[in-house]
Amino acid sequence: MSTTYLEAIREGLWEEMERDPNVFLLGEDIGAYGGAFKVTAGLFERFGARRVVDTPISEAAIVGAAIGAALMGLRPVAEMQFADFITCGFDQIVNFAAKCRYRWNASVPMVVRAPSGGGVHGGPFHSQNPEMWFVRTPGLKVVAPATAYDAKGLIKSAIRDNDPVLFFEHKALYRRIKEDLPTEEYTVPIGKAKVVREGTDLTIVTYGAMVWVALEAAGTLAEEGASVEVVDLRTLLPLDRETVCESVKKTSKVLLLHEDTRTGGMAGELAASISESVFEYLDGPIVRVSAPDTPVPYSPPLEDAFLPNAEKVVEKARWLFRY
Amino acid sequence: MSAADLAHNCLYYMSLMREVEDRIERKLYRQGKIVGGVYVGRGQEAIPVGTALVAEPGDVLFPSHRDMAVFLIRGVTPGRILAQYMGRAGGVTGGRDANMHMGDLNHNIVSIISALAATVPVAAGAALALRYQGKNGVVFSYFGEGSTSRGDWHEGVNFATVQKLPVVFLCNNNQYAYSTPLSLQMACANVADRGPAYNMPAEIVDGNDVLAVYEATRRAVEYARAGNGPYLLECKTFRMTGHSAHDAAHYVPKDLFEEWGKLDPITRFEARMLAEGWGTQTEIDELRAAVHREVDEGVAWAEQSPYPDPATLLDGVYESS
Ligand SMILES: Cc1ncc(C[n+]2csc(CCOP(=O)(O)OP(=O)(O)O)c2C)c(N)n1
Ligand SMILES: [Mg+2]
Repeated sequence: MSTTYLEAIREGLWEEMERDPNVFLLGEDIGAYGGAFKVTAGLFERFGARRVVDTPISEAAIVGAAIGAALMGLRPVAEMQFADFITCGFDQIVNFAAKCRYRWNASVPMVVRAPSGGGVHGGPFHSQNPEMWFVRTPGLKVVAPATAYDAKGLIKSAIRDNDPVLFFEHKALYRRIKEDLPTEEYTVPIGKAKVVREGTDLTIVTYGAMVWVALEAAGTLAEEGASVEVVDLRTLLPLDRETVCESVKKTSKVLLLHEDTRTGGMAGELAASISESVFEYLDGPIVRVSAPDTPVPYSPPLEDAFLPNAEKVVEKARWLFRY
Repeated sequence: MSAADLAHNCLYYMSLMREVEDRIERKLYRQGKIVGGVYVGRGQEAIPVGTALVAEPGDVLFPSHRDMAVFLIRGVTPGRILAQYMGRAGGVTGGRDANMHMGDLNHNIVSIISALAATVPVAAGAALALRYQGKNGVVFSYFGEGSTSRGDWHEGVNFATVQKLPVVFLCNNNQYAYSTPLSLQMACANVADRGPAYNMPAEIVDGNDVLAVYEATRRAVEYARAGNGPYLLECKTFRMTGHSAHDAAHYVPKDLFEEWGKLDPITRFEARMLAEGWGTQTEIDELRAAVHREVDEGVAWAEQSPYPDPATLLDGVYESS
């Protein structure tokens, strides 16, 4: 029976709650209602109000309380109703959680789940990809799975991790993708990228929903005779530069792709790392495909123009091949 | 504990806090041995002392920046504290953070961050964890009156009251937040006036009377420990210094310093001890001498502590690194 991305996250939460009585959930409307997206549906019935805690609309309190509980040895998983609202708990994340270990050697084993991303016509406040605000905060870990398999394996690893982990789950993938998951238990390591398609002529480095765009583009390019390798970062912090650079060494061309806006996006950091480490292997410029530097617009034609898609990737790749 | 023993403890910790902070602010800071800013609780010692003496070992404390005695009462040595202020490896954070930004879970003390009131929701979460774990601990959440203007304060208090968590909210109302007087901080006259909005008992106490603070804290802690939910205690006091060592507080009317100077919690309590027969002048003199010696030893210990090794710069960002 195949499992959706959303169900995979729920299964991961469920298994970890069964396994470890210290794991509990907190967030808005996550209890009997099951969460805005129904990720936590059924967990309240199984684990009760003690372990599935409905909170007031208080992102600072949700994150803060998760930190306090984590300091006391529990493993809280906090839900932001939309990743866009994580800003209301920003200080708690970047100043409190991220710095506890470095400042006074205190573990904060908490997870903050954040449904992020566009393509659902959610407009400027229900579509953002805020991961880079956190990727430049040492002390945090940031993951962004693209597949149901990784979503389940990474949420389990995130819960077991002794550092604070932000888990960006892409809303547009929730019910759109599914796959058969192993029946036996597994986890996916944090900090390891994955080559999801092998190729020899071009590397596309991406993450989240854009992995599917990259694969679609790779299919089109294959018909044109180009062999494209796709690297799914899976974790954004700590960043697996090694897997990226290994792939670039093999293909000598690289296209960096993200749904996030351009300036200060992950592509910039990747470009710098590639240039520093494997410059002599490149036989073309490092190119980017990303959303432009605007808020996420609401109306479908505007949002379609905003979001990267396979066409834009193919066009950029062709340009690079001609270079 | 007998009344005399309690009195002795109160005087000892108030005097120790005063001496540690005097040494830091009036001596080491001026000698250039302190790195960064210095904030003291001179004149407010009765509050951390009267509250923290109530805490049980399993209670978890979140001291703010004028609550030095909390650390001393929980057993953090003056040497480690002084080394902290000097940025030494032997300091509570080993040179990773400054001044009162220190925590040690071995003593059930959680470190503040700079952002005021950010600890309030964290304190609520700690209380949630204590209840979750079936422990009967209470969380002590400290802050100044100015901090109650922040959203984090309200979010934390609201969550704690909705969940009926075992937290005591301990406010030092010293009437100033940096240069800002109470009247520009809030439209109500007392921090305690915020209690009813959260359906939380709130009590005002003379924050310069250590036994009054102690008794009120006992009521608050008993209420919270019994599972009734949070309790707010507003301790009225006055900041007898500038906001920090660099601030001469010209904005504070002089007569307020004079008026409140007469209510100094230590001088007042010494007189009370003698009047009640809880101690003799000789005992008080001996206590003062002992405190001096202890702080001398602490300073010596801190000064011999090395600075942290720059080779450790990258360590401890994550568990494995
Ligand atoms: C969020 C935030 N804003 C500003 C500051 C700077 N600041 C440090 S202490 C202080 C005054 C605090 O007043 P209060 O809460 O009454 O405590 P007190 O210093 O009087 O004990 C200010 C404004 C800060 N630390 N955090
Ligand atoms: Mg104040």
